[in-house]
Amino acid sequence: MSETTDPKAAVKSMLVAGDWSPEIVRQEVAALQHKPGALLPILHAIQDRVGYVPEDAVPIIAEMLQQTRADIHGVISFYHHFRTHPSGSNLLEVCRAEACQARGGRALERHVQKRLNVGYHDTTADNEFTLVPVYCLGNCACGPSIRVNNDIIGRVTSQKFDQLVDALTTSVLQLK
Amino acid sequence: MTTTIYVPCDTTALSLGADRVVQKLQQAADQKNIELHLIRNGSRGLFWLEPLVEVQTPYGRVAYGPVEPEQVDELVSAGLFDGNPEHPLFLGDISQHSYLQQQQRLTFARIGITDPICIEDYIAHGGFAGLKKAAALTTQGIVDEVKVSGLRGRGGAAFPAGIKWQTVLDEPQNQQKYVVCNADEGDSGTFADRLVMECDPYMLIEGMTIAGLAVGATLGFIYVRSEYLLSQKMLDEAIRRAEVLGYLGDNVCGNGRSFRLEVRLGAGAYICGEETSLLESLEGKRGLVRSKPPLPAIKGLFGQPTVVNNVLSLAAVPYIMAHGGKAYADYGMGRSLGTLPIQLAGNIKHGGLIELAFGASLRKVLEDFGGGTFTGRPMRAVQVGGPLMAYLPESQWDTPMDYEAFAKLGAGIGHGGVVAFDDTVDMGEQARFAMEFCAAESCGKCTPCRIGSVRGVEVIDRIRAGEHRDNNLILLQELCETMVDGSLCAMGGMTPFPVQSVMKHFPEDLMASSRPVEA
Repeated sequence: MSETTDPKAAVKSMLVAGDWSPEIVRQEVAALQHKPGALLPILHAIQDRVGYVPEDAVPIIAEMLQQTRADIHGVISFYHHFRTHPSGSNLLEVCRAEACQARGGRALERHVQKRLNVGYHDTTADNEFTLVPVYCLGNCACGPSIRVNNDIIGRVTSQKFDQLVDALTTSVLQLK
Repeated sequence: MTTTIYVPCDTTALSLGADRVVQKLQQAADQKNIELHLIRNGSRGLFWLEPLVEVQTPYGRVAYGPVEPEQVDELVSAGLFDGNPEHPLFLGDISQHSYLQQQQRLTFARIGITDPICIEDYIAHGGFAGLKKAAALTTQGIVDEVKVSGLRGRGGAAFPAGIKWQTVLDEPQNQQKYVVCNADEGDSGTFADRLVMECDPYMLIEGMTIAGLAVGATLGFIYVRSEYLLSQKMLDEAIRRAEVLGYLGDNVCGNGRSFRLEVRLGAGAYICGEETSLLESLEGKRGLVRSKPPLPAIKGLFGQPTVVNNVLSLAAVPYIMAHGGKAYADYGMGRSLGTLPIQLAGNIKHGGLIELAFGASLRKVLEDFGGGTFTGRPMRAVQVGGPLMAYLPESQWDTPMDYEAFAKLGAGIGHGGVVAFDDTVDMGEQARFAMEFCAAESCGKCTPCRIGSVRGVEVIDRIRAGEHRDNNLILLQELCETMVDGSLCAMGGMTPFPVQSVMKHFPEDLMASSRPVEA
């Protein structure tokens, strides 16, 4: 499995997010709408490509799937994963679940918020980081854990976090 | 000469720098003109030793760990490429480690040994033997074997898998049936599903294919949580390769029957680990819980008969088919038969995956395997089975790991996650968090869960602030009862369990004002 564990390519596509057009949305819907229960795969595809699910994409998806706009909006808003606005250059998820709490996760959460000067679901003033809570990354024996874009990092200390932030703000594509 | 080196590629090893270890090893080998054969194996599940580097030597595979990227050069100088034992990180043959020797690994027998997506490795280590046997049996024959094994759902509900399969099999054959794998492993402290998918994905594929043959389903879905992107990637590739070799597709193992698999990604909703909510989500809707009946076995995905099983339940099936249901049932105690994959996590020195026959005491897991807390402080509370389960004080740690024994305590085994806390824990905060988590993750369909959780946070805050403490304690008790009795599913129905356990066993913390926990 040496060749398939490189998430960097996916990260890059996420980082240049922001531009979208109705045509992009139509393409993604058309590619997947034949699948049974296609809406989640469609929303994933749009978010992976654009970086978020634009609100103006909702009527397009609704029309193509022959569902109401309320249906589509209801699904997008139900799931934590889907965003309707672009995130900062880096999506930073901090695990809030019990196993991480047991290893100093609460203190780390406070440190992260203080260091970045944002609360959850907010983006830093320089647009470098969007901070999001996550309930379990499945790295429970080596917490506290965070995820930066697609990379999960274990045994995070305040120091290790500061180093990471410094590295990311120096050069956004240089992870870890 | 060529040196064969193994460096795990599972999430935990990666989270601790395994990729950089590989880079450093490659650089060192290049400098020394050594040709490296680097195999990215799965993790053996001894997480405190990750990244665990193994070297093939004439006298077997020897391990070093935990290896930080910065230590690689020093290790190479000390003779890592020759398996030299003269280094503090040298561990010898890891398969002889007491942590592994004390286990009964049936489901996880292959984990960490092989390259997860190398199908030849899988077959060389006994893979697809169960599927080949199943392909030669009648549908009833397969279901009977699973019944003999006594396998109960490992996702938390512990419902007998054979009975579920029988119900789906008994539905008329002239309709579409499905097998759905619940891979939405959202409980804090659990990672066994992730290890199956990342480190031995063919085992899950094999188990699902056997289930498909057993009930007459032709299509299966694996619903993977969106936090597990690596699992999705591994499964997609494994499915593609299994199709090429005829283990999936129109003619499974040449027996003329058809079974296909598709991976679907969730979108960050804990409730979608509940089976009916998961089905709604697979259908492209909000993950709202359905009322039961009808059971998913009768009206499941798209209204069709559906087997919904957890990853670990399906992953146990290849062993059961290959070795016979009785061989599996010979492990365990009482009505809890076979083995339980336990995930040891939180504030623990030696965290990782432990597979044991049902019946070992929780204390044995915490002490013999866990080695005490990570911080070295006294252990105070243990939460077994995920965020909806009770916190157990030390007086309860001698309980055997058995569904019925845990139920007697008002606790549960859930998905087998064990999370340890040391004495700096504020149990009042933990009780509050249980309600807070439910408020964030409730699907919202029923009132006790949706509103009860929000009120639960408020009442706990008032108790901790000392406002009408006695009255608010009574209110909290009644609120918990309402949620337990009135909620539609286990989310609201079990959220009170951790809260009630704190009220019962750690009341002094609940009364204390919250204090900041320092790092």
